This record gives sequence, C-alpha cells and structure tokens, in this order.
Amino acid sequence: MTQTFVRRLFFSLLGIVMGAPLLVVLGVSVNEKKSLTFPPQGFNLRWYLELFGAGDWSTSISNSAITALLSATLAVAIAFPIAWFSWRYRLGWVRIVIAAGLAPFLLPPVITALGFLSFWTQSGFYGQYWTVVVSHGIFLVSLPLVSLTLGFSALDRSLPEAAAMLGADDRQVLTRIILPLVRPYVISGFAFAFVVSLNEYLIAYMTVGAVLETLPMRIFNSLRYGYTPVMAAASVLFVFLTIVIFSLVARFGDLPKLLGAHRR
Amino acid sequence: MNTRQPQSLIAYMPILVPALLLTVFFVMPFGTMIVTSFYENRSIGAAETAFTLANYQRLLSPFFLWLVTASFGLAFGVAAISILIAFPFSYLLVNAPRSTQVGWLIFMLSVLSLSESIIGFAWSTLLSRTAGISNFFVLIGLVDKPASYAPGLGALLTGVVYTAVPYAVLVLYPILSRVDPHIEEAARTLGLSPLKTFLRVILPMHRNAIVTTFLMLLVFTLGTYLMPQILGRPQHWTLSVAISDQALVQSNIPFAAALAVFLVVVTLVIVLAVIQFGRKEQAI
Repeated sequence: MTQTFVRRLFFSLLGIVMGAPLLVVLGVSVNEKKSLTFPPQGFNLRWYLELFGAGDWSTSISNSAITALLSATLAVAIAFPIAWFSWRYRLGWVRIVIAAGLAPFLLPPVITALGFLSFWTQSGFYGQYWTVVVSHGIFLVSLPLVSLTLGFSALDRSLPEAAAMLGADDRQVLTRIILPLVRPYVISGFAFAFVVSLNEYLIAYMTVGAVLETLPMRIFNSLRYGYTPVMAAASVLFVFLTIVIFSLVARFGDLPKLLGAHRR
Repeated sequence: MNTRQPQSLIAYMPILVPALLLTVFFVMPFGTMIVTSFYENRSIGAAETAFTLANYQRLLSPFFLWLVTASFGLAFGVAAISILIAFPFSYLLVNAPRSTQVGWLIFMLSVLSLSESIIGFAWSTLLSRTAGISNFFVLIGLVDKPASYAPGLGALLTGVVYTAVPYAVLVLYPILSRVDPHIEEAARTLGLSPLKTFLRVILPMHRNAIVTTFLMLLVFTLGTYLMPQILGRPQHWTLSVAISDQALVQSNIPFAAALAVFLVVVTLVIVLAVIQFGRKEQAI
C-alpha cells in the first residue's frame, strides 16, 4: 500500500515537471500574437496552417520526413541480413560486424558527424542530398540491429527446422516462416530509426547543413535569429508525431519486451 | 537448416554486403579522421600535407583544459542527478500495473528521441521571463516580479537532466524487471520496512547496474550538443560543441579531429569499464 502511495506521488510530480516544458510550448503555439507569452493571449491556429502552407517550414518538414523514411529503410536493410546471418550460422566472427553496426550509435554523435564530414569532403560528394541518407542510415543501424537480434533470439528454432525437414529451402524458410515471426521487430526497429532520424540535428547539420534545412535545424535557427510561434507549432507537431509512433509500436508489439524487460 | 557453415560465396553475401557498407561508411571515415588529426591545418586544396603532433600539443592548452573540465563537470553533475531520479523511478515502474508501465515507457522514449532543438526551445520558453515559470511564482506570491532563468548553468543542467533521465530509465528498466520479486517479499516478511528494503536490499543488489548506468550517462552527456548553446553560456560549451565549431566555423578539421580522437579514447575507456562491470554482474 505504501509503495502504491509513494509511486503515485513520485510519478505525479515527475509527470508535472516533465510535462511542463511541452505544455508551455503547446500554449505559446496557439497564441494570438506573434510574441512569446504564456498563458496565451487569445486562441489561434494560424501558426499551424503556416506549417503546411507554401514556404520554408513545409519544405523543412518534407526534408526531414523524406530523410527519415529513406535512412530508416537503409538502416533496416543493413541490419536485417546481419541479424539473420548471425542467428542462422552462429559464427564467432560475425560479432565484429555487429560491433561495427552498434559503434556509431554508442559513440557521441559528434564523432560520427565529423567522420562523415571529412569523408564526404574528401570523396567529393559533400553537399549532395543523398549523403545525409547514407550518414543517418549507418548511424542508425544499431536500432533495428538491437531489436532484430532480440527478435531472432526469441525465435523457436524447431519451427524453421521442421519446415526444412518438410522440404523447404533456405529462401522459403526465410520468407514463409522467419519473416512473419520477426515482423514486429522489423517494424519497431524501423520506427525507432525513423523517429531518431526525424529528430536528429548534428549529423544532418554537419553533412548537408549548408544545402538542406531539416526541421530540427530550422527550429534551432529560428531560436537564434528571432522567435516565431510557428516554431512552437512545429515542435508540437514533432512531439505529437513521436508519441503517436511509439504508441503504435506499443499497441502492436510488446513494448516492455522490446526494451529487453522480462514479464513478471 | 543443419548446415553450420555457409556453403558458397553467395551464401556469405548477407553478411559481406552489410560488412562492406559499414567498412566504407563507418570504419573508413573513422580511420581518415584519426589520420587527419596528425595533419597540419592547410587551406583547402593544399597539395601536400605534413604530419605533425601540434594538434595534440594544443590539447594541453588552458583553453582545452577548461573545455575538458566544463564537459566532465557537466557530465558528472547530470549523471549524478539523473540516476538519483531514474533509479527510484525505474524501481517503482517495474512494480506498477502494466498499463502504467507502457504509458511511461512511451513517454520516456519520446522525450529521449525528441530533437535537442525542440527540448532546448521548450525549456528556454519555460524558463523565460515573458512566458516562463516565474510568472507562476509571481501568481502564488513566491517572487515579486517575473525573471529569466535561462541561459545559465541551472538551466543547462535542467535541460540535459531532462533528456538523461529517460535514457537512464531505459537502461535500468530491463535490469530491474529481471529481479525476482520474492527477494523483496522475503525482506518484508523478515520485518524490514519498504524504505529499508529499498535502501538495504534493492540498492546494494544493484550496485553494478547503478555504476554501469552512471558511466553510460557520462557518455550520453558528453554527446549533448545543442543544449549548451541554447541553455548555457559560452563558458559552458562542451567538447562536442568545440569539435563542430573547429570543423565548421574555424575550418580547422585537423584540430577538430584531434579533439574527436580524445573524446573517442575517453568514451572507449568508459565503455570498457562498463563491459568489465557487466562481467562482474554475470559472475555473481
């Protein structure tokens, strides 16, 4: 009983403190005036309309969305074969490849960002739009790699063995048996990579910052060069999107298990 | 399915192609970065590059020593505060009803993935004079007139702790969820109060997990980049900020690379310590 009481008290306090900055942004995003005031004076949704109208903000949003979509796809495309191969053959040296996939995310992002900056400069590709997709894709391999390794380890080995005994070849086992079973892990790995790419600032800034403006860059630039309520609206949109995507992951998968927890 | 080894080169492709991609796009850039850190800084297009240790000698300058002090001071402060909040929270979370757990995990994941520019903006608004928390303090009579609390060290600590707590929770949550609930029941049956159970049984049991999380929080905080620029003052700028500043603003990629190599070495030492603690944990 006491623990329930302590938990409710602690969780409510933390909820208030952690929710406060997000609620203030929500408040200033519906402000009538262009100034930064809270509580909001009047109610207005025109800042949200400005997000999607013709202009820099909608360009930034689509830049971010396209980058996130492509780089999450690339990350999964690299991570899936690694996870599958390592599960299928259980060879020791595969661990080195896994480590190389996890390393970019483990190191402070500025390292990966600087590595890519000098790499794209030296190879002459600096300034090309696609470099951010490759950079993000490599940076994010670790997310689907972790979720897929977890997914494969939870796989019952007798199922593919039974299928093989009944005459299925490797490809059939992969597409008919394994893929449907690990699909939740593929989707959650993709979702995690997508959300992180959407919100990532530093690597995008150091690779294509000079030619392309993603939404996080645009928000930071507005913060430096002059406040506008549109940036609050953009922040609200991203907070909303992020929460919705993780809620969907939780709705269709077992979130505690995906995060490595054991069910009690 | 019984083959232990791939039978042909084609069968090796699923591992070779990703390995090649990771080599070209991660290992090679990483290697060039290390090589670059030994170059002299020349204007772009210089034909010859001379090897030098000057970039590393600059690491001993007062500027750099202050940078390291500031970065690690912030990292230790943030890690300590975050774990004080995250450990009791995670402990209570694994014992909470499942729907509560899922709700908080979604929220924590979201805060963790949100862009630093969004969180920095949110906190700078909450701590501002015109829209901030001080207006609320005036309302309840705590202070006389609204004030601005950002930028400053307090604001910076708050902002970074805000993102570090979810990180710590997501590291601790799976570890704590594996604990046998019977241990706690036994402690309670033997007459320990819930608080004493937490302090004398749960905390000592997770000493290694706490140290590991603390170390990982150090690495996490060393990576923060926008927060010091939004919520801190120039004297609070961290290694991450200095590296990108040297690379992009000062156009001194070799020195930026030397700073980055230093940061990698520090990170690797911390990660090795984490692995060492992990081994101990398994041995018990």
